[in-house]
Amino acid sequence: MLGLGLGLAVAIPISFLQIFAPQPFRFLASAYERVLRSIPLLVTLFLLFYGLPTFGIRLPPFTAAVIGVGLRSSAYQSQIFRGAILSISENQFRAALSIGMNRIRAFRHIVMPQALRLAIPPWTNELTIVLKDTSMAFALGVVELVRQGRYIIVATREPLVIYLTIAAIYLILTLLSNNTLGRLEKRLRIPGIGVEERVR
Amino acid sequence: MNKEKEIVLRIEDVHKSFGENHVLRGVSMGIRRGETKILIGPSGTGKSTLLTCINMLTPPDAGKIWLLEDEITGSKRVNLLRQKIGFVFQDFSLFNHLTALGNVSIGLTKVKGMDRKKARKKALEELKQVGLEEKASSYPAQLSGGQKQRVAIARALAMDPQLILFDEPTSALDPELIGEVLGVMKKLANQGMTMLVVSHEMGFARSVADEVIFMEGGVIVEQGPPAQLFSSPKVERTGQFLSRLSGLFGEEGEK
Amino acid sequence: MTFWQVIQQSWSPMLDGLQVTMQLTLLSIVFGLALGLFLALGKVYGWKPLRWFCTAFIEIIRGTPLLVQIFIIYFGLPPYGIRLSPLEAAVIAFSINSGAYQAEYLRGAIQSIPSGQMQAALSMGMTPWQGVISIIMPQALRRVIPPWTNEFIYLLKYTSLAYIIGTPELMAQARFVASRNYEYFQTYLFAALIYLSIVLVFSEFFGWVERKFRIPGFEFHK
Repeated sequence: MLGLGLGLAVAIPISFLQIFAPQPFRFLASAYERVLRSIPLLVTLFLLFYGLPTFGIRLPPFTAAVIGVGLRSSAYQSQIFRGAILSISENQFRAALSIGMNRIRAFRHIVMPQALRLAIPPWTNELTIVLKDTSMAFALGVVELVRQGRYIIVATREPLVIYLTIAAIYLILTLLSNNTLGRLEKRLRIPGIGVEERVR
Repeated sequence: MNKEKEIVLRIEDVHKSFGENHVLRGVSMGIRRGETKILIGPSGTGKSTLLTCINMLTPPDAGKIWLLEDEITGSKRVNLLRQKIGFVFQDFSLFNHLTALGNVSIGLTKVKGMDRKKARKKALEELKQVGLEEKASSYPAQLSGGQKQRVAIARALAMDPQLILFDEPTSALDPELIGEVLGVMKKLANQGMTMLVVSHEMGFARSVADEVIFMEGGVIVEQGPPAQLFSSPKVERTGQFLSRLSGLFGEEGEK
Repeated sequence: MTFWQVIQQSWSPMLDGLQVTMQLTLLSIVFGLALGLFLALGKVYGWKPLRWFCTAFIEIIRGTPLLVQIFIIYFGLPPYGIRLSPLEAAVIAFSINSGAYQAEYLRGAIQSIPSGQMQAALSMGMTPWQGVISIIMPQALRRVIPPWTNEFIYLLKYTSLAYIIGTPELMAQARFVASRNYEYFQTYLFAALIYLSIVLVFSEFFGWVERKFRIPGFEFHK
């Protein structure tokens, strides 16, 4: 959850930079996105947790996990927002100008309301992905579901049952979050504003 | 005819290039209050570019444009002037996330700062004007092409413009839907709205236009009252173009 | 140690790891494709129980973390007499996981082909099965190329998870190297650069393939 929030907070400025900023910033934002999307999350986590102490920055496992998951998610989320904003046709913007709106108003009242709705389904996916990726924090020793499960396994020696239970818990969590956001999407749905799906 | 009326729009020697492509090569014209002028000409001649130059969606490279006393070109208050110039797009460009009513009223509330109730009332009146008050709560995707374009006209009307520009308002419509849009436009013309229309609807031009302007290659080739232009054009090119158009029976003249 | 020394000293085990990473990725994507095809066809065209089964399978796999799936296969099965090597367990887990995702891409592509295509095939006297094989699938497979290449890249990155059960892939090698030279940051940075360049090379390559085999009218907007 924290990871997703951090991701969102970083993603919005990044996507704005990519669309509206002058060249050097736009390039930097794109490079940031590209690099974070190309490196496995696990490597990012290891760099933060095991690598940073080299420079005297010692992060607790939980913090490192939140930052790692958040940074990675920000790269994906910025792509979601950029895609959503760019998919609103230029003509919508022109039409807004033609009735006398200035650029900021046109963006706020015409482009944004449409882009945000478009962003909901891919954003829901992203939430699911982040939820599942928190399992990787296991590698840093964060006591999340999987590690919790391992403790129990040591005691019970029923690995299959325990892992299946963990899987079921994740499944319920993802189904639940998809369901909630799906309902939000339906409530905000407007005829004619299409929906694109991104799967992973 | 309208000789004594004030000049609403004046265009002087407007030029515009896109890269190598010199689209407008010095266009000058004027339009008086209450007049309807129709722009015709082969595609790629700069008719649409001229319209978007007028409301500065495409700023011209050279030349001057006045709306009444105000010079539009070089004005710092383009948004204010745009409020006074309605624009109807070929592809309607209704705001997809707003109902018909929302489309018409958003300019009133967000641009003119009118309070919601008053804006709603005025928007309903404008929808009534185009015969769509019962579609007020429909979203664009639920409307036919002709209905969308009528909502777009209502949206332009709501701002109480001095002048409305129509950029091929019927060329994206199925033939059976063209009539309803032209009907609304005809009604506006009769009510004294000032209009500049890019269109190849010859019947409409004949019955409504005060003047038809034939453009080709970025300049105005010939202009005059429709009766004269259609029956005895002075320039040979005008005649050729018009006969080709009528061969197409006035449907889809473009392309 | 400078970064350059770290690279010099560790490139050999890292390349061994990269080889295993690529092996894992390629095997899993191929097995995953086979599974994905089955699941997608089953979900779209199967009779009811099969359709239901395929849907449930896809949803369950996509709704649970890959890490947990790996653990189930590697640690969960041995008490029942199924003992797998780390590499086998990883390939199986990745194939199943990727199969479920690939099935969804395929399903999307199949359903994006207008129904008129099938009607046209039937009107020519084809059986439904022939229609699927010779009309729908050739179009669907082309449409699936962009999401499929994405999947390849995702999988490539996710194979790093296999280190947890001791598969000697790139990530495991990086950990091994770092545990000996204590240059954690530089070693992991090196691993990151390897992943980054491999991913960039593949995505550029796939982009090129896609442009090369484009058919007019089949542009797939992502």
